[in-house]
Amino acid sequence: MTGIAFGPGDASTLAPQVNALFYALLAFSLALGTFLTLLVVVYSVKYRKGSDVPREGGRLRPMPVEIGWTSATLLTAFAIFAWSAHVYMDHVNPPPGAIVISGLAKQWMWKFRHPGGQREIDELHVPLGRPVVLELGSQDVIHSFFVPAFRVKQDVVPGRGNRLWFTASKVGRYHLFCAEYCGTEHSEMIGSIEVMEPEDYASWLAAQGEGETLAEGGERLFHSFGCSGCHGQSAQVRAPDLAGIWNRPVALASGETVIADAAYVRDSVLMPDRQVAAGYRPIMPSFAGLIDEEELQMIQAYVESLGGQP
Amino acid sequence: MTDQAASGYIGGRMRPLDWLLSTDHKRVAWLYLVSLTGFFFLGGLMAVLMRLELATPAGDLVGDDTYNRLFTIHGIIMVWFFLVPSIPATLGNFLLPLMIGAKDLAFPKLNLASWYVFLLGSLFTLFSVVKGGVDTGWTFYTPFSSLYSNSYVSAAAFGVIVVGFSSIMTGINFIVTTHRLRAPGLTWFRLPIFVWTIYATALVMVLATPVLAASLTLIVMERLFGIGVFDPNLGGDPLLFQHLFWFYSHPAVYIMILPGMGVVSEIIPCFARRPLFGYTAVALSTMAIALFGFLVWGHHMFVSGLSPYAGVVFSFFSFLVAIPSAIKVFNWSLTLRKGHVSFEPPMLYALGFVGLFTFGGLAGLFVAAIAVDVQLHDTYFVVAHFHYIMVGGMVTAFMGGLHFWWPKMTGRMYSQLWGTIAAGTMFVGFNLTFLPQYVLGWAGMPRRYHQYPPEFQFWHDLSSAGAVVLALAYAMPLFYFGWSLLYGPPAPPNPWLATGLEWQTSSPPPKHNFDRVIVVKGPPYDYPHEADDPEVKR
Repeated sequence: MTGIAFGPGDASTLAPQVNALFYALLAFSLALGTFLTLLVVVYSVKYRKGSDVPREGGRLRPMPVEIGWTSATLLTAFAIFAWSAHVYMDHVNPPPGAIVISGLAKQWMWKFRHPGGQREIDELHVPLGRPVVLELGSQDVIHSFFVPAFRVKQDVVPGRGNRLWFTASKVGRYHLFCAEYCGTEHSEMIGSIEVMEPEDYASWLAAQGEGETLAEGGERLFHSFGCSGCHGQSAQVRAPDLAGIWNRPVALASGETVIADAAYVRDSVLMPDRQVAAGYRPIMPSFAGLIDEEELQMIQAYVESLGGQP
Repeated sequence: MTDQAASGYIGGRMRPLDWLLSTDHKRVAWLYLVSLTGFFFLGGLMAVLMRLELATPAGDLVGDDTYNRLFTIHGIIMVWFFLVPSIPATLGNFLLPLMIGAKDLAFPKLNLASWYVFLLGSLFTLFSVVKGGVDTGWTFYTPFSSLYSNSYVSAAAFGVIVVGFSSIMTGINFIVTTHRLRAPGLTWFRLPIFVWTIYATALVMVLATPVLAASLTLIVMERLFGIGVFDPNLGGDPLLFQHLFWFYSHPAVYIMILPGMGVVSEIIPCFARRPLFGYTAVALSTMAIALFGFLVWGHHMFVSGLSPYAGVVFSFFSFLVAIPSAIKVFNWSLTLRKGHVSFEPPMLYALGFVGLFTFGGLAGLFVAAIAVDVQLHDTYFVVAHFHYIMVGGMVTAFMGGLHFWWPKMTGRMYSQLWGTIAAGTMFVGFNLTFLPQYVLGWAGMPRRYHQYPPEFQFWHDLSSAGAVVLALAYAMPLFYFGWSLLYGPPAPPNPWLATGLEWQTSSPPPKHNFDRVIVVKGPPYDYPHEADDPEVKR
């Protein structure tokens, strides 16, 4: 990847759609920009002071002209908006059957964990032609996952999960940049994405060996942090059983109902007295400051693995 | 000093206190002009240092921490200590009363006070820079700014808050002045477009700046007391800051461009010897921009994890705000038709503005289109886009305005030849600096990187070369305006044969602006001017 970059390269199924829109906008902008420039230049030269051209008559009435170009720009704007919104909304939800890889951003590195538990830092191997979903979290400040060749970018905001997906369409090695300024070594928070043929990816995974998956890690933490002492089946203290609650409604002591999603699990670990389940006393201690972002991801994955609404 | 230059509000002997304590709007305008010029060159110096660093892919000239402090202070200075007050506090201050036939602003003491508040706040921020600098970027994004940055964030933010009060004071002054002090017969639709834009700007200043003060105050509180508004570990939300910040800072973009549009709307009719085409549409589109400017803050947050539906709505409003801007460009172009166009330096800057603003504005379509913005957000494309509007647009218009009203402000003419050379150099230098950055952004080069992969170097080198040319172009007026102040030939009351009340008094104007009662009987931009060559007049 040396020489002169004229574009970002096209390596995902989204790239051609964004390209079509980008180059259409480029053509339109150049045409309109050139037209306006020519208009100014031609009028300036033709009607320069002292030039011998007739200036009488032919005055334009402002009203029809204003209405004309206002409606023309309005219609053009609507058309571009509709096209762009269509491309964007089409790409919000990942297709089924995607590989889910979890990612953690921190000052100043990217950490990834494959579904089989294989881990990487500042590098990510993905298979060609298969949708990949990245579940991203941040340990500290806002970072942004940006792969120009895939046309994807997603800020990773601490305190909430962020998700993006892509389907790689070309084998190769591509830049991964942090696009949101994150402190001293922001410009060194770069990595690469390696797109491989599916069989190469499979053998690469096998060569890495199985590691601890997120959910397995969560189960380990569930015991080592002592969560199982109350939430477990044989618990002495009454606390809600977590099996089967994932993505299901939970009735709260306040009378409200929340969905037990990743955000609820996170809040319950960090701020347990905020949204207490109905029928239980607010006796759980907060784990804020004791548990880091990656461990939170594990606990979330573990609760998810206990089942519930998919 | 000749009698001509010694006359008027400038007075005879130059005693500093006569200027530092004067409530004459014309003298306060000079206080602002001198301090803003200082800030412009200070911020420009930071920019040149950054461009030199970026000439090679490795971070060799300055380290990462220094580079981060450079772009932060460049942004803070250029946005809050230069662009926001630029045209309003200098040309606006000087011209608003003259253009509406008033003796001064509505609150002359408030006007002087606003300069002292400005100076206090900006020097406070500069002090934090001397102490060790700020590394958050001018956008102060949380939780980096509130929890992680080990730099002088609180001091810098406090300075910006204080400067905000100066903005609000100026805004209130301009609003009241426009409402209450117009000369008899000067109805709203007889106002010069410059007054319309200054009025719209003042409205936005008064309505938006308090939100900036609130959001920065919350950062300071979180740093000092750990109140947890933005800290996710305390139940806060980092994105809340972005909502608050851009609720001010997007309208602030229009604070920074509307007055430039006003200046250009004065210059083009004068040197085309034609009335402004579509006056009513230009005036109303000014107000439309001020209004729509409040509805688009979310387009800075398309990739922040905002709901996709909110993103699409903000994208829609962003396209709407493009329309009044486009209308202005069409009207300026058509004003030239069947005119008698001449190319004095103010006109060269104004025509340069139209071109650069057009190409900056068209780039706005790319970033308003949400699917494309995902690629372009936080890359050099955005850097190029806003520098085309802010520098190519606003700074060029400011230059045009200075060259247009310089004879009125000083009573002296300047070298037309050097003015022409500077305008040309600026146009070339600007495009060389920022055009390559569009390509860089599309290719994926992120902002705020002090080192970068080698395939981007070609474009960075073009840009760095352009920055040197641009720096030269901006330094030139210092010399020929300085020469003009000392040795320039005296200026007649109306050197450009312009319409507008400010040209109907002497150059420089007397202390109370007019020696007679002003009554307005006709529309603005009544070109050709009565003093025009009879052959020209139709």
